[in-house]
Amino acid sequence: MDWMKCTAVELGEKIKAGEVTAMEAAMAAMDAIEKKEEIYHSYVTVLDRETVLKRAEEVQRMIEDGTLTGPLAGVPAAIKDNMCTEGVRTTCSSRILDNFVPPYTAEAVKNLEKAGVVIIGKTNMDEFAMGSTTETSYYGATKNPWDPEHVPGGSSGGSAAAVAAEECIFALGSDTGGSIRQPASYCGVVGMKPTYGTVSRYGLIAYGSSLDQIGPMAKDVRDCAVILDAIASHDEKDSTSVEREEYAFASALVNDVRGMKIGIPKDYFGEGLDADVRAAVMEAAKVLEAQGAVVEEFDLGLVKYAIPAYYVIACAEASSNLARFDGVKYGYRTPEYEGLHNMYKKTRSEGFGPEVKRRIMLGSFVLSSGYYDAYYLKALRTKALIKQEFDRAFEKYDVILGPAAPTTAPKLGESLDDPIQMYLGDIYTISVNLAGLPGITVPCGTDQQGLPVGVQLIGDCFKEKNILRAAYTYEQNRGFTMTAPGAGENKKDGCRNLSGMSETAEGGND
Amino acid sequence: MSRQYETVIGLEVHVELATKTKIFCGCSTEFGGAPNTHTCPVCTGMPGSLPVLNKQVVEYAAAVGLATNCTITQNCKFDRKNYFYPDNPQNYQISQLYYPICRDGHVEIEVDGRKKNVGIHEIHMEEDAGKLIHDPATGNSLVDFNRSGVPLIEIVSEPDMRSAEEVIAYLEKLRMIIQYLGASDCKLQEGSMRADVNLSVREVGAETFGTRTEMKNLNSFSAIARAIEGERERQIDLLEEGKEVVQETRRWDDEAEYSYPMRSKEDAQDYRYFPEPDLPPIVISDAWLEEIRAKQPEFRDEKQARYQKEYGLPEYDTEIITADRKLTELFESCIARGAAPKEVSNWIMGDTMRLLKENEMEPSDLTFAPEHLVKMIEMIESGAINRKVARKVFEAVFKDDVDPETYVEENGLKTVNDEGALRKVIEEIVENNPKSVEDYKAGKKKAMGFFVGQTMRAMKGKADPAMVNQILREILD
Amino acid sequence: MANVISDETMEYVGILAKLELSPEEKEQAKEDMAKMLDYIDTLNELDTSGVEPMSHVFPVHNVFREDVVTNGDERDAMLAGAPEAKDGAFVVPKTFD
Repeated sequence: MDWMKCTAVELGEKIKAGEVTAMEAAMAAMDAIEKKEEIYHSYVTVLDRETVLKRAEEVQRMIEDGTLTGPLAGVPAAIKDNMCTEGVRTTCSSRILDNFVPPYTAEAVKNLEKAGVVIIGKTNMDEFAMGSTTETSYYGATKNPWDPEHVPGGSSGGSAAAVAAEECIFALGSDTGGSIRQPASYCGVVGMKPTYGTVSRYGLIAYGSSLDQIGPMAKDVRDCAVILDAIASHDEKDSTSVEREEYAFASALVNDVRGMKIGIPKDYFGEGLDADVRAAVMEAAKVLEAQGAVVEEFDLGLVKYAIPAYYVIACAEASSNLARFDGVKYGYRTPEYEGLHNMYKKTRSEGFGPEVKRRIMLGSFVLSSGYYDAYYLKALRTKALIKQEFDRAFEKYDVILGPAAPTTAPKLGESLDDPIQMYLGDIYTISVNLAGLPGITVPCGTDQQGLPVGVQLIGDCFKEKNILRAAYTYEQNRGFTMTAPGAGENKKDGCRNLSGMSETAEGGND
Repeated sequence: MSRQYETVIGLEVHVELATKTKIFCGCSTEFGGAPNTHTCPVCTGMPGSLPVLNKQVVEYAAAVGLATNCTITQNCKFDRKNYFYPDNPQNYQISQLYYPICRDGHVEIEVDGRKKNVGIHEIHMEEDAGKLIHDPATGNSLVDFNRSGVPLIEIVSEPDMRSAEEVIAYLEKLRMIIQYLGASDCKLQEGSMRADVNLSVREVGAETFGTRTEMKNLNSFSAIARAIEGERERQIDLLEEGKEVVQETRRWDDEAEYSYPMRSKEDAQDYRYFPEPDLPPIVISDAWLEEIRAKQPEFRDEKQARYQKEYGLPEYDTEIITADRKLTELFESCIARGAAPKEVSNWIMGDTMRLLKENEMEPSDLTFAPEHLVKMIEMIESGAINRKVARKVFEAVFKDDVDPETYVEENGLKTVNDEGALRKVIEEIVENNPKSVEDYKAGKKKAMGFFVGQTMRAMKGKADPAMVNQILREILD
Repeated sequence: MANVISDETMEYVGILAKLELSPEEKEQAKEDMAKMLDYIDTLNELDTSGVEPMSHVFPVHNVFREDVVTNGDERDAMLAGAPEAKDGAFVVPKTFD
């Protein structure tokens, strides 16, 4: 039996039932990595078997003695390489942190460890989460498990690919402008960005502090809800962490959307949207409508201003957040230099890749004397207007439905040439970060090339339960499952047993 | 020099707040640890670390604002000030630019009997930088982050001062207020109070200000006075030569008595401030503000009046005691233990001040327990020691905070009240000094002083002077 | 109304950001930045007069810690990743004149 086929919840149940041990599950993950990493390159760092085994044994003992009872106990998972892990190298896929071993663990990862999750490695990403393809990684690109000639998306491309290729059971990603939802869409997995402040950012190496949020990437909606239950917490070490009234997200997993009001922004279906993507997403809306949701179109006109506003805000914050990488306290220092400022400049110029430099320079410029009002304050005012527009929309709708990205995964090497074109790919995801909203991407079919398409469901602040319910209902009723060819033979032994037909990449779009 | 110039001075005063922990993390602010022993991921700028604001910093800052007649910004925020320097671990400093916690205040100063107000433009909260130590062995610099993240307030004055005397009066006034609040010990030498001087000159009667420079590295009142004089002269010389003053930051070299430009072309002085995304805004409600106001202490003027009225102290005494909060605490603590106010005042004004001066200490350095001073005063009153011995005992109290009773006991300083023994010693002295006895009988009063002196010397100072006088008279008359 | 980025601007941004670009990189960066700024200028189509700039998306405020020491001596851990350390301190090229 291939345990890697299981969802996290299924595997957790089997471990608890004694059908499989945490050690066997962990070793199955290590085997999968050994077999597939060469092709997909989902990881920057894979923990050694001994360490993983030791941890799995510890977890197994705690399961057996009743200390660990949660649904994720014993489940092997991967962490995006921008979350600090004590004693385990954390690089942000950047040369400048190539040798950085943090002295502490990110709060979200700690929460997973408390739940008994066995961490097996750190996943590849766009350098400092800046990019949409995982091609800006210092360690080389990750390949899409649906077709290795294509990118997995980004910036959490390694996490998305590792889940899709079944090199882990689930993974954590981070989302600043779509970095969970877009790669989830490209790789045919479920990815969720919670409301800003729901998961602690302590230990997440910051890109755009006011936008960054950690979230789950998994095989299905139920896993996402259960993982979110585990990682969400009010953390006193993160001042922007919000104390929520309740955290039981999994209680929203109800197959029922009767009376739910779903709005479809017309602006999400205009110019630039691939026809196959449009068809798959509209089909998803029909599934929900058939289940009793009230679906209607509306205007969300400001969305086109979200991208320029986002790049001003994110780059400004990044220019400041990344100033600490200077060759003094940790990370890379250039071997030869003359004096302090030369050391700074050489270290940073050699340590950062082109996309990171591009954004730091843009961010420094828009904050510099004489431009602050015209660029930065203008962007913050635009953000306020976008938030107001969403507030108005959520007076009418419980959930907003649209695509996660305008196209399916592009081929490797095709997106980086024109930055504006690349940034335009984030058009459906970015406004969600500006407004702090929760969003989830669920696979909804494939295009003519057999590449997956994701439907994005957006909720009002703190209304994760609405999008989880809609996503779960859709998943239960869409009538197919989606497994990447890269996952290997689709042997099902009681795992991922969704009712209805099965669709693999070869299956085409229904 | 034919033209008359006026000096225009504004001050930026940094004060380290007396919190136990740093502004954004739970590291100790204690002085003097080995390098980097008071550090954590937050104050060394580790990737992924985040700041959490120490509430006490807000309360101290607001308290200083209230005491300096400022308007408190009830919706205030932090901003990031971006610049690269190795003592600044994140390469940005969390500070306040757009919404500082206090604005538009003033303090009253007095110079040569003339009173005037110095305006306070704003007070903002920020974090201190680490320390750079030159390593002569390698020519490199060593970075110690123990001070990184220690809370500061920066008090920015209006350009209202015109002389070094006014500047020093202003600084002393600020120091007094802040010490009374307990918000800082304000020691210039140790750097818990630091002043940067913004100075420009203009012809008397001119309506606009001249170009100003900012001077840093001023570690004492006297250095500040010298720096003001030196920079004033430098600027006037430039103007007299028809040159222009350049707006820049300069470092005062107190030994050379000259200031030097600090920045290279690699420092753009463009700090790219923007709102700190990691810290939510601070809302100081009316109720909270009232709470802070209610905790304001009795300041100097009120205290002086009360000491005169309640304890009958002369104005002169109250002037000295209220000049420092620590002295008022000592005074009040002794009174509370039942000591006579004037007696306590005398010990503070006299021996305490003398010993502070001799040891180059400030009142805040005092370590002895008030009850030890009280006990010593009681011993004088009961006749257990005499005043001369008491001064010796007090030195030990001052230095080592000894218990005066034990100290007197252990050192055999107790007044000898055994009349028989004393009489024997005196008789012997009288016998051995027939010449002086003759002098005394001849009416020379000085002879009496000689006998008292001889007796006290023989008794090692421990005799009760009244008893000595009485026995001498009995023998000689 | 296309933006043009001058060499001086690139030089200045390099000083602010502590980045040093090769001549080729510099040309590319000038072009990229000009394009980005043109794109960002589309924000000017939007009337934002009277709109309060929004830095924090939720009205959360007054998040504090109490003034209690919680950290011990973590020096070794803090220094473990330093490119150069000596006597318990981080080593940098000289900063004094």
